[in-house]
Amino acid sequence: MPTTSYREALRAAHREALLRDERVFVMGEDVGRYGGSYAVTQGLLDEFGPERIRDTPLSELAFVGAGVGAALGGARPIVEVMTVNFSLLALDPIVNSAATIRHMSGGQFSIPLVVRMATGAGRQLAAQHSHSLEVWYAHVPGLKVLAPATVADARGMLWPALQDPDPVVIFEHAQLYNLQGELPDPAPPVDIARAAVRRSGRDFSLVTYGGSLPRAMAAADELAEAGLEAEVIDLRVLRPLDIATVLASVRKTHRLLVVDEGWRTCSLAAEVLAQVGEAAFYELDAPLARVCSEEVPIPYPKHLEDAALPMPPRIVAAARALCAAAP
Amino acid sequence: MIEFRLPAMGSDMDQGTLLEWRVQPGDRVVRGQVLAVVDTAKAAIEVECWHEGIVHALLAKPGVTLPVGSLMAVLRAEGEDADEVTRSLAQRTGPEAGPIAPVPMPVAPVPQAVPAAAAAATPGERPRISPAARRRARELGIDPVRLAGHAGGGAVSLHDVEAAAQSAARPPASAVAVATAAGGARAHAMRQVIAAAMSRSKREIPHYYLAEDIAFERAAAWLAERNQGLPVSERLLSAAVLLKAVALALRRCPEFNGTWRDGGFVPGAGVHLGVAVAMREGGLVAPALHDVPTLDLATLTRALLDLVKRTRAGALRSSELADATITVTNLGDQGVGSVLGVIYPPQVALVGFGRVAQRPWVTGDGGLRAAPVVTATLAADHRASDGHRGALLLAEIRELLQEPDALDAREETR
Repeated sequence: MPTTSYREALRAAHREALLRDERVFVMGEDVGRYGGSYAVTQGLLDEFGPERIRDTPLSELAFVGAGVGAALGGARPIVEVMTVNFSLLALDPIVNSAATIRHMSGGQFSIPLVVRMATGAGRQLAAQHSHSLEVWYAHVPGLKVLAPATVADARGMLWPALQDPDPVVIFEHAQLYNLQGELPDPAPPVDIARAAVRRSGRDFSLVTYGGSLPRAMAAADELAEAGLEAEVIDLRVLRPLDIATVLASVRKTHRLLVVDEGWRTCSLAAEVLAQVGEAAFYELDAPLARVCSEEVPIPYPKHLEDAALPMPPRIVAAARALCAAAP
Repeated sequence: MIEFRLPAMGSDMDQGTLLEWRVQPGDRVVRGQVLAVVDTAKAAIEVECWHEGIVHALLAKPGVTLPVGSLMAVLRAEGEDADEVTRSLAQRTGPEAGPIAPVPMPVAPVPQAVPAAAAAATPGERPRISPAARRRARELGIDPVRLAGHAGGGAVSLHDVEAAAQSAARPPASAVAVATAAGGARAHAMRQVIAAAMSRSKREIPHYYLAEDIAFERAAAWLAERNQGLPVSERLLSAAVLLKAVALALRRCPEFNGTWRDGGFVPGAGVHLGVAVAMREGGLVAPALHDVPTLDLATLTRALLDLVKRTRAGALRSSELADATITVTNLGDQGVGSVLGVIYPPQVALVGFGRVAQRPWVTGDGGLRAAPVVTATLAADHRASDGHRGALLLAEIRELLQEPDALDAREETR
């Protein structure tokens, strides 16, 4: 099976979309001549020309707003925002416009917009480039929020996102771009409504998403050597949450650990735990558990940055505590 | 909200095992009604409630052993809002609620003789059992509260429940199992309880002893006359005559009728005679006959026979175990001449009778003849009374026994 990188898989997805649908175009800071700040769109300007691969001024408010207008006018824009920290400048067009216009127009208009952005820490980019604010968007009705964490999802999520008549926000964890993985040819379709079970196990459910998936898998490997079998679930869809898949796993394992790079308070982890507590209380054999980022601005120094993030040793320790009485 | 707590049924009781509830949530309860049956070291006791209300929630589970003072159930007063009670209860038993201190039953206050272990227990805290373990235990018919938890914080997990279910050597303990505990175990437990109470008595109570030989001639003649022609089941007992004499004498010497608590004497609310009853498997219990001065001898005889029967059957009520204000022991049946007793704390006196026997008796005119005589003794707490008053008590008993008709009268004021 051919191997490719997460970045190349994203690029292939863009090429596919640009080739299949002439309404699709890409817009953002440095996506054209520079090839994208994470090199996702490298080479696309030469292939598709400046009409469809558009460099924009340094104003998230302006170019995300332009994307909303283009979608409203019948185009299928893919807007790239450099990081989720910068996307806060575009919260108004995303939250107040893209997410609301179908509702406020009584269904007369929809916004088939795709906004992609990098998220997460781990590359020593300090507090203004490293936060994990997925939950800010996952909070908003009217948005669909995706978090591809594998090469296959990076390759397969863009096209179905573009088919969605409503706005979709896609989070790409900055540490995943160099991730290598196998990708069948042709790439299999991806269901952007369902979470994915990445590893089957009997002892506890380990629910995570995005950049925390590789860490969770590493922790699961280490725990397996000690005899603890984690069932790893990749949420993939952060809104609407596929809680049914999580519940099915909890009904099997009776223990739940959520790993979330977001801050603990009001996190996606909090939402998953709450929903499981509501729907599967009588299945639980241990208190609900989570490992999140420390509640600090993500630090610049490497050792402090690592200490702030839910790295595998913390996941392993939390899992051991969770399973203290497991056979 | 009315709290129904496990009462101390005797000062020597520090815990009890709930065997069964006799009421259901929603039931209306009247004063003196039996709410539950609780197993103590001595017997299965019917526990009464001294409030009126409606059973709101039964908190204790059958089969569970609780320290004295544990909240067992909650009643709501007439007209009290059920939701309000639920809310205050939730506040009481929530995770932040501290340990509920053992509180003696209002009608039967006992001294602070609660062992340290019981005082340190936290009866209000909900046992740590995972929701899944609770559900599985219910499916398997296991009481998870009785299982040892091995999960974090000592919680009972699914694993503990499954292990318990699989372990044939550990069948689920149930109320029935407790109730049918081997007589040997019960006798052992009772021995421990008696040992503790009597050691405490001899450790704490400065006993003094008095004895008096009392002519029983008139009483015996009166009894013979009264019982003439009556079937055995209706005959008055000489024990009833002795008990009534003690009860009336205590009316005149009230400092022997009550308890010693917190460094002072507390008079009994009534004259409730604790009657020492020997158990067939060994040990003894001294349940109370309530308000003996108000009983005529026929009633008293019936009450005595009933009490002895129920004591030996293990069917006593909590008030009978808790209320005695003095103990009377009668070892005459065994043929002893006199008994010098050990006071049952926190009571302050014990009256003993030996057998009624024909003895040489000097009559008032200096003559000598055989006559029925009984030796009455008093063991009394020198903190609460002195020998002079003790002598008066025995003298009162002596004089009362010379007036059998007066003994038969029922005291109306009470």
